[in-house]
Amino acid sequence: MSSETTNVHAHEGEHSEHEGMTKRRIWNVFFVLLGITCVEFIIALWLAPTFHWPSHFVNPAYIVLTLFKAFYIVAYFMHLKFEKIGLALAIIVPILFIIGLILVLTNESHYWIDLRL
Amino acid sequence: MSTTAAQQIDEIKTTPWSGGRSPFNVEYGKMMMWFFLLSDAFTFSTLLISYGALRFSAPVWPAPSLVFQSFPGLIESGAPLVFVGLMTFILIMSSVTMVLAVEAGHRNAKKEVVWWMIGTIIGGFMFLGCQAMEWTHLHSEGFWWGQIPSPKVMQEFFKEGVPLTQQAMSSHQFANLFFTITGFHGFHVFSGVIINIIITVNVLIGTYQKRGSYLMVEKVGLYWHFVDLVWVFVFTFFYLV
Repeated sequence: MSSETTNVHAHEGEHSEHEGMTKRRIWNVFFVLLGITCVEFIIALWLAPTFHWPSHFVNPAYIVLTLFKAFYIVAYFMHLKFEKIGLALAIIVPILFIIGLILVLTNESHYWIDLRL
Repeated sequence: MSTTAAQQIDEIKTTPWSGGRSPFNVEYGKMMMWFFLLSDAFTFSTLLISYGALRFSAPVWPAPSLVFQSFPGLIESGAPLVFVGLMTFILIMSSVTMVLAVEAGHRNAKKEVVWWMIGTIIGGFMFLGCQAMEWTHLHSEGFWWGQIPSPKVMQEFFKEGVPLTQQAMSSHQFANLFFTITGFHGFHVFSGVIINIIITVNVLIGTYQKRGSYLMVEKVGLYWHFVDLVWVFVFTFFYLV
């Protein structure tokens, strides 16, 4: 009985690994990544210099676009979107600790620049 | 009534966390690869966040569009972002060939796996070659760990009227951070290429065909995509911002 159930589960696992990334979908993700990179280039080489967009507007835009690219790589190329939710959370939730370091060091660097000026 | 209650208690639970099977439903090695990549993500973020903190606190910084404006061997100046654009394209492309190798592995198509893996390895070597050219170019301008260009060359990377002491300080920080972070990333690319070669040899001699699964290709694929992921961030924070 128990071996039967494990067989069923093994089969389910196999199935869930097979779904998701077809060749068509792989190329779709590639064109999304290429498109976002092209948008970044258009902003950096053309839009920002001609319309004098300030850096406090352009830099957040770059970071948002970068996070989009990161999502597509992790979710589709690294297949995390099709894994069990437990595994996805085990990888993504610890990453949020990085936000803490960003906040601490941003605060600290403001203090450093006050020391220098 | 009491019998139904007892039946409910005796009923075997089948939720993911009720025991008897792996709740994550992945093979051990693949899960460990994920956890290794998580730790590597922390390493890279500390490097990049330290870079951000130093750059925030610097009154001036060498402008990326002025530092990176050559296509080594072809265009000396006036082509900002073109060369790094090529490098980004090569790395994304090699990520695609890697994921195609994984897809072929699911179908147990040995020949296709080999060809896509070879494509990935070539992409990796092309990226490393580009990075070597980029480093050589910056080195020829005078940048290296602890070294900065002569004041005349350095002036080209800053606005007019920035005092030389400020230029020297931020150029030092830029040089150290750039070579450390891209070097650490390049080291990852290099080890990724070596691992890909080993796996390709294993595919060729039929190790995974005998095993009946190309899961190892998937695991090194995870590592390779991670290298691409890190480059996306390095590209943004060194070349765009």
